Amino acid sequence: MLVSLKWLKDYVNLQELPAQELAEKITRSGIEVDAVIDRSFGMTNVVVGYVEACEKHPEADKLSICQVNVGEETTQIICGAPNIAAGQKVIVARPGAKLPGGIKIKKAKLRGQESNGMICSLQELGIEGKLVPKAYAEGIYVLPEEAEIGTDVVTNFDLDDTVLELGLTPNRADAMSMLGVAYEVGAILDEEVLLPEITYSEAAEKADSLLTVRVDDPEVNPLYVAKVVRNIKVQESPMWLQQRLMAAGVRPHNNVVDVTNYILMEYGQPLHAFDYDLLGTGNITVRHAKEGEKITTLDDAERTLSAHNLVITNGEKPVALAGVMGGANSEVSGSTTTVVIESAYFDSGSIRQTSKDHGLRSDASSRYEKGVDPNRVIPAAERAAALLAELADGEVLAGSVVFDALDRAEKVVSVSPDFINQRLGMKIRFEDMLDILNRLKFKTEAANGQLVISVPTRRQDIQIEEDVVEEIARLYGYDEIPATLPEMETKPGGLTPYQEKRRVVRSLLEGAGLLQATTYSLTSEKSAQQFALTETETTKLLMPMSEERSTLRQSLLPHLLESVSYNTARRSDSVALYETGSVFLKTEDELLNEEEHLAIAMTGLWLDNSWQGERKEADFFVLKGIVESLSEKLGVELAFERGQMDGLHPGRTAFIMNDGKRIGILGQLHPTEQKVRDLKTTIVMELNLAELLHKNSEPLVYTPVPRYPSISRDIALVLSKIVEAGTVVNVIRNAGGKLLKDVRVFDLYEGDKMEAGKKSVAFSLTYFDPEKTLTDEEVTAVHEKVLRALMEVGAELRS
Amino acid sequence: MEEQLQGLKTEALEKIASAANVKELNDVRVAYLGKKGPITDLLKGMGKLPAEERPKMGALVNVVREDVTASLEERMVILEEAAINEKLQSETIDITLPGRPVKTGNPHPLTRVVEEIEDLFISMGYEIAEGPEVEKDYYNFEALNLPKGHPARDMQDSFYITEDILLRTHTSPVQARTMEAKGGEPIKIICPGKVYRRDNDDATHSHQFTQIEGLVIGEDIRMSDLKGTLSVFAKKMFGEDREIRLRPSFFPFTEPSVEMDISCFKCGGTGCNVCKKTGWIEILGAGMVHPNVLEMAGYDSKRLTGFAFGMGPERIAMLKYGVEDIRHFYTNDVRFLSQFQRTEV
Repeated sequence: MLVSLKWLKDYVNLQELPAQELAEKITRSGIEVDAVIDRSFGMTNVVVGYVEACEKHPEADKLSICQVNVGEETTQIICGAPNIAAGQKVIVARPGAKLPGGIKIKKAKLRGQESNGMICSLQELGIEGKLVPKAYAEGIYVLPEEAEIGTDVVTNFDLDDTVLELGLTPNRADAMSMLGVAYEVGAILDEEVLLPEITYSEAAEKADSLLTVRVDDPEVNPLYVAKVVRNIKVQESPMWLQQRLMAAGVRPHNNVVDVTNYILMEYGQPLHAFDYDLLGTGNITVRHAKEGEKITTLDDAERTLSAHNLVITNGEKPVALAGVMGGANSEVSGSTTTVVIESAYFDSGSIRQTSKDHGLRSDASSRYEKGVDPNRVIPAAERAAALLAELADGEVLAGSVVFDALDRAEKVVSVSPDFINQRLGMKIRFEDMLDILNRLKFKTEAANGQLVISVPTRRQDIQIEEDVVEEIARLYGYDEIPATLPEMETKPGGLTPYQEKRRVVRSLLEGAGLLQATTYSLTSEKSAQQFALTETETTKLLMPMSEERSTLRQSLLPHLLESVSYNTARRSDSVALYETGSVFLKTEDELLNEEEHLAIAMTGLWLDNSWQGERKEADFFVLKGIVESLSEKLGVELAFERGQMDGLHPGRTAFIMNDGKRIGILGQLHPTEQKVRDLKTTIVMELNLAELLHKNSEPLVYTPVPRYPSISRDIALVLSKIVEAGTVVNVIRNAGGKLLKDVRVFDLYEGDKMEAGKKSVAFSLTYFDPEKTLTDEEVTAVHEKVLRALMEVGAELRS
Repeated sequence: MEEQLQGLKTEALEKIASAANVKELNDVRVAYLGKKGPITDLLKGMGKLPAEERPKMGALVNVVREDVTASLEERMVILEEAAINEKLQSETIDITLPGRPVKTGNPHPLTRVVEEIEDLFISMGYEIAEGPEVEKDYYNFEALNLPKGHPARDMQDSFYITEDILLRTHTSPVQARTMEAKGGEPIKIICPGKVYRRDNDDATHSHQFTQIEGLVIGEDIRMSDLKGTLSVFAKKMFGEDREIRLRPSFFPFTEPSVEMDISCFKCGGTGCNVCKKTGWIEILGAGMVHPNVLEMAGYDSKRLTGFAFGMGPERIAMLKYGVEDIRHFYTNDVRFLSQFQRTEV
């Protein structure tokens, strides 16, 4: 909402406050002022001129040489506007003038001709092009004849004005009108509000002799008022009206349309003017549209209607989309002589729906949607009649044609002062509360210690006691509220075990050298299922903004890999990222199964200590090591099984298993996938973190520090290449029994000293008995058993 | 023979004095005191002496041997120390070369902000509540006093999946769910999480962002309690000398509703580019829980009241760290992420 302070002064005394100060007061008490706009933009030396003569420039087709009387003198100005003509009153920026945007006007020569100033368009005075009346949109603005030559344009045409741009919250529909803002400012400044005076003389003939009104559904249209104004002269509105509309962000058209818009801004009540003769019948019927019925609205769009759209008809065909936009078939034009002014109350839900159906929002619909003041419908119609009589020489027919089933009673809210103070934690005196309610012009009675408040219908946001609490508090001042802390039973706060473990996981991963990433949950349908651990259908948005963000992810990896590619494309060759976040899986239920996953992706160097010659590429085992330390930290057993997944290297992929259940995947990207993503060797991992974090941790009980020494024996085996170390470890463990405390792989050799198809793997075995020092014989006995078991499965000792 | 002995001694002592290192000194030891050395030879030659001279000569030889030995040992200490010093000298390293790097990662800046807020409220007795990101229209809107067709639904254009299911537009549904689950009991929670709105991504908008909200419900919870709580929060997050101010606002789920500004932490309130010359920075929205919200979750709004507040960690991180583009939080450029390593405590 744009509020011209010059206009606002018509209704409320602004106490000569500087605009910034007023804006601050309004902001602090409830409506945020987003901007304070000086309409003059510091303009100087811009005056009314009279074009005494105008001829074509001999050397430039598009330029005219004008002799302009600017009061003090008649001077030559070159003008490029197509609509310049002798006999016009125009806006002249004199040499030395300052215009918006820091433009300074100087004497100049244009194609050899002297030019002493500039004849201006409204755009050059800082008015937005879309607000300039169509007739002047492409050229200079022509002032009315009565404009006085040589006088200052800024002061004469109300450009010495300041506009407050209000950022309205949806509850403050009342402030979508000048009167509403006047009430708000009146309450803040403790000033009275002056309503517009409505006086006009009526013709003898009655409006209902020309017009009937029928409403089919009083539920959605409980009040319809029509006035008929005859013999009107459709013309340009006077300057003051045009300026006020432009200040409010509305483009002037002609006096009839401008009057309806002016009252929309003044009262917040949408009006519509029909050309009576184009209506064709003298009957207005408000009804639901027929399914498939069509109307062409004022914006020249043909719209196909459905039954829940409310239309105004002439008894036969629609002439307006009720509360949203008029129809082209009954539009007021230069040849209109009789108009019907409609002022109505429509149900907000119905208008919202229609506006949404047709993607059509207008100044009218945006007010109806939020609810207009039922007590302004009739005054607005009267005010329109008065202004049309004044500005269009119209003859107002007697009375109105009315359908009225609207309850206009004021809502009564009772609230006790104690309740107000208790909610606020304050001690506001009763008199101060009364004073605030009076300033708001809320009729208030004090009965049995209660405040009984009749809330004016313009404030439909005040419904319950708490709403009154807010009104009192905001005008009393939020700065007055003391700062206390809740008094309640003290309970320890904290994280749930799940949340605490999540933090443990994060700190472990960060300690291991990974950076935490965050990516989007929405992805393309194509990549939604890539790397998914569970196969389910995709979940798509009804109305995505783009295909790229249309579907919920089922794996974190596609976006995490995008982040890796983003980095390598920017020369960060070594990247190690992790992310925890939800993946979204369809279930039988309405809601999705949101599974918290952990994903890791790494590429490039894992370790780089160049001057000591230590370099380690990120590989499968680097990431496996991280997963293993995670398993130890959480105290959950994780096993690795050879696996396969699209997009991963078939020989370098493992499923991560827990309790026999597949809960994750670890592997190197398939070369093809790497190429598609423009990546070098990249290792990825994703697992179902929720599954791990939901497990109860075992209590930690200490194992006595060994009192007896342990004994190590190493074995180097020659194995077939296809035999996995894990298998061998299992054989050793089984044979070693309880004296075997640990088995570690400490060497792997696959070089050319080995027979083809063979490799050498060395294991270090640790024997230990918690009860005593093992003798050499005891160890040898078990060790021999281990060796025999290994021979049985085909392993050979390496000589 | 005595002269011979003295001559040997003088010669030995000279050689000891001139030995340049441990090895040379050891050679001297072997040369003079060894089994084949001249002193041993002299002792062997004692048998040729008359019996009465033997004890005298024996004593003399021993004295010479002891003198030579003492001198040797003394010299040995000096040479050994010199040898160590020489070794140390040769082992000197360039201590300006870089150390072996310890690879460390760090949390995402948003996690950093969220955890800081979580920990502050945990210390004041709050619990952390979480909920689904794909939500029922009921919890996201209706239970929060936003019935279908409510004008305020426009404030947050949403991503629907079906008519009734959508990506949550705020973390408030977690409050509604917690209230429903607590069945009328007092509540003190913080709800962090991801939320989604139909916005085109640009420097200040993101279709996905994070929110963190708080909810307190109990007997006699007053607006002053909200103000006090927010004041503690502002001082802890943005510095002890921060002031707060409340401005009236509107949220369907609270009444009265406010927005909280803090005095600018950069200029202290005198006006700068961070606070756009106003001295104040808008940080969060808050209010007293609307009675309809309480009643819908089964709370007696006459007996129990509450307050709620909500803020955007992106905004806080942008303000705190001077980040100018919200998209940095989601592109995961390591040159950005790795800057959030250092502690600020």
